[in-house]
Amino acid sequence: MKRRKLDLAATPGKAAVGVDDRFAVATPLRKLLNKVFPDHWSFLLGEIALFSFVVLLLTGVFLTFFFEPAMTEVVYDGSYAPLQGTPMSAAYASSLDISFDVRGGLVMRQMHHWAALLFMAAIVVHMLRVFFTGAFRKPRETNWIIGSLLFWVGFLAGFTGYSLPDDGLSGTGLRIASAIMLSIPVIGSWVTSSIFGGEFPGTIIISRFFIAHVLLIPGLLVALISVHLGLVFKQKHTQWPGPGRTNNNVVGERMFPRYALKQGGFFMVVFGVIALMGGLFQINPIWLFGPYEAWVVSAASQPDWYVMFLDGSTRLMPAWEIPIPIGDGYVIPPLFWPTVVLPGILVGLSTMYPFLEARHLKDRKSHNLLQRPRDAPARTAVGAMAVSFYIVLTLSGANDVIADKFQISLNAMTWAGRIGLLVLPPLAYYVTYRLCLGLQQHDREVLAHGVETGIIRRMPDGRFVEVHQPLSASNGHADGHGQLDYVGWVVPKKMNRLGALGPAIRGFFYPIEKPVEAPVSPGHPPVEARPEREEIGSGESRR
Amino acid sequence: MSTHTEHQASQGPEPLDVNDPKLTRFDIVREGARRDDIEIVHYEPQVLPGTKAERRLTRVVAGLFLITGLAATAFLAIYIWWPWQYEAGRGGDKFYTPLLGFTLGVALLAVGFGILTWGKKLLPKEVSIQDRHEGQVDSEGRTITGQTMLYMADELGVKRRPLLGISLLAGLAPVAAVAAAPLVGGLISQPHKNNQMFTTGFAAAEGGQRIRLVREDGRPIRPADISTGGQLTVFPGIDHGVSNRHADSPTLLIHLRDSDAQESRRANEKVGHGDYMWGNYAAFSKICTHAGCPASLYEQQTNRLLCPCHQSQFLITDNARPIFGPASRRLPQLPIEVDSEGFFVAKSDYTETVGPDFWERP
Repeated sequence: MKRRKLDLAATPGKAAVGVDDRFAVATPLRKLLNKVFPDHWSFLLGEIALFSFVVLLLTGVFLTFFFEPAMTEVVYDGSYAPLQGTPMSAAYASSLDISFDVRGGLVMRQMHHWAALLFMAAIVVHMLRVFFTGAFRKPRETNWIIGSLLFWVGFLAGFTGYSLPDDGLSGTGLRIASAIMLSIPVIGSWVTSSIFGGEFPGTIIISRFFIAHVLLIPGLLVALISVHLGLVFKQKHTQWPGPGRTNNNVVGERMFPRYALKQGGFFMVVFGVIALMGGLFQINPIWLFGPYEAWVVSAASQPDWYVMFLDGSTRLMPAWEIPIPIGDGYVIPPLFWPTVVLPGILVGLSTMYPFLEARHLKDRKSHNLLQRPRDAPARTAVGAMAVSFYIVLTLSGANDVIADKFQISLNAMTWAGRIGLLVLPPLAYYVTYRLCLGLQQHDREVLAHGVETGIIRRMPDGRFVEVHQPLSASNGHADGHGQLDYVGWVVPKKMNRLGALGPAIRGFFYPIEKPVEAPVSPGHPPVEARPEREEIGSGESRR
Repeated sequence: MSTHTEHQASQGPEPLDVNDPKLTRFDIVREGARRDDIEIVHYEPQVLPGTKAERRLTRVVAGLFLITGLAATAFLAIYIWWPWQYEAGRGGDKFYTPLLGFTLGVALLAVGFGILTWGKKLLPKEVSIQDRHEGQVDSEGRTITGQTMLYMADELGVKRRPLLGISLLAGLAPVAAVAAAPLVGGLISQPHKNNQMFTTGFAAAEGGQRIRLVREDGRPIRPADISTGGQLTVFPGIDHGVSNRHADSPTLLIHLRDSDAQESRRANEKVGHGDYMWGNYAAFSKICTHAGCPASLYEQQTNRLLCPCHQSQFLITDNARPIFGPASRRLPQLPIEVDSEGFFVAKSDYTETVGPDFWERP
């Protein structure tokens, strides 16, 4: 029998036909490859969170091979000499082993921790982007809600995670968490004793936190992230206004090859930065804190940064205890308000915001074009208010460190925080609102009168005036200015943006303004004639 | 969605015959995009094939990929051969983790920037416009689906046979409870078992044996062991008294200066704790009444005790009353005396609830 010759070049094609015969994927795959994504640096912030989450899963799986989630008392005999012979929980001992007796364990542990901090930071920054550009508006309210939930689930993931090593610092955090649960009226003591399996600290909390941290919470995160991305995919990404961009299209690049390559490269960069941080920057050196002992704590015990705002709110809360004189007498401890009620309000307000704003503006339309923050002054000002509130709380979470480093009285720091929390947000609202209006006005001014040229002309009567370069041809008015409408995108404010000066080349630190050769048109012809250059416009008018 | 595509396609230019041999590959790509309502309006290479610029960029990308290879190899070499185990004097091992992170980071960054350069500089720039079909509500589809669902509801006949619905609900409600019961039942734990929230390790043992105050290493304490103005963390002298099993028992034993002690005693008498101190010695719970951290920073000159977690401050000479910060309740005081052998003992357990506040604390 004659052997058939294997045609290597035809193999992929044949295999592809075989796959399509069975699964009929050719057309769906084409649609996927062709999907258009708009491009802007601010759209990459959420991706940092996604990529950090991937790193978290990878490093986290590694850590589970070596971590022992048990509070059984053992005597440490690992290689870290200063703690040898110390009685401690198995959880703490195995965390020390990961740091000292597992080859490469410390770099993995530190990468895991840094990735968690970056995950939360990226979520917050991404959330700010979405908020300030109005990307949360209809039809994307659901994704906004999922995003806010992701922050809180990430918060829980972080808290359960850094409680696991059972070191001196995390044990104190756990102690505070138990006190927070205790402070809930009526059911507090039942909740606490059920979660801790008796009185604090009990013997089971680490194993319960472990299963929450490695299974329940990551499962929830994966589910929420999948829905989040699925919705972005289904609803298509928002885009900035600009030439040719309407509420009804997406202007950008097809997913393959360029967009996907850029995403892949960006993932590697995020991963690389986390690896650098994990290796070079020490984080949570648990061997310095010692095992958790209920009577040991030191000053400057701060939680991870995303928990600090709640620590701050706890520090600022005045000692207002509410006694309820019924029967034996009951009490609502002051701890209840800043740690249970405040987060509840924050969750409620943030998730409801899209609906509150739509209701306030009577806005029922779908919006796929983003707004510049200045064009929605009220929203931007509300956002600035929230940000300043958050910053005051976060700084107050470290007020003892600030007091120490800057030689300020601790009590003064507390009072500054209390007053700041009430005064700064309204102030931020006012200032931001005015700034937005000012920026708006400047845009309109440039549209009406043109760009400042820096050329001063002396008039016959001796006056000096600055020459403005109008943005449009004269419309026959006496002042020689045409009228342009503002369409929600950047108004050119420099001559080189108009092509009147050579384009600014990107320098290392700042743009170098020097004329360059006109870009050479390459041999490959454009697919279609390039559209006529048009004035800056969002295309909203062409809708 | 697909109905739209067909609808649109029929309106637009005739679909190309993709099997036409005259078509270039790009023509087919563009036709594919068109069928997905995408118009490729601008597609322009950034570097010409064979130019210096192309060769330079290719070299850059290739160089970055090679750096990745080098850094990854270095990572492996360091991982295997670098001394990594902890040595007391900190030998070469202190560079182990930084070197791993550095080589891994460089490897990943180089491959990342390589891919980015490839994508951003070597691939053609493009602008494509895809239709969103926003606002084109498929009202027919809505009607059909809505009617289908209503039809199904009709077929089920819950409206005509309400008993079915009611009985199903009545049947399912306990099933939901069955799902929740093992979880709740397994986790729930009576918080007031053995009166645990109101007692500490200092509660007298059976037979009225009073509990000694001991140090961290379990040794009992004589008054002379604490100098004037000094303080010591003490524990109940029972099994596991110095452990997290008695997390609410750690106590601060303070030797007050004479004048402060007098002030303190006067304050004690005001609240009916006249005999809680022994001589110039007073003992207060170390567990903050706010969030349960150990309130452990004692300032001798002002007799203030500061909790480092949330900065509550307690004035020891005034029954450890909170004078600043979020704590609202004074630190409970432990009544102490010295037994016949000269060691400190607790006269009784704390008479107030130790630790963070909760609802039913009377």
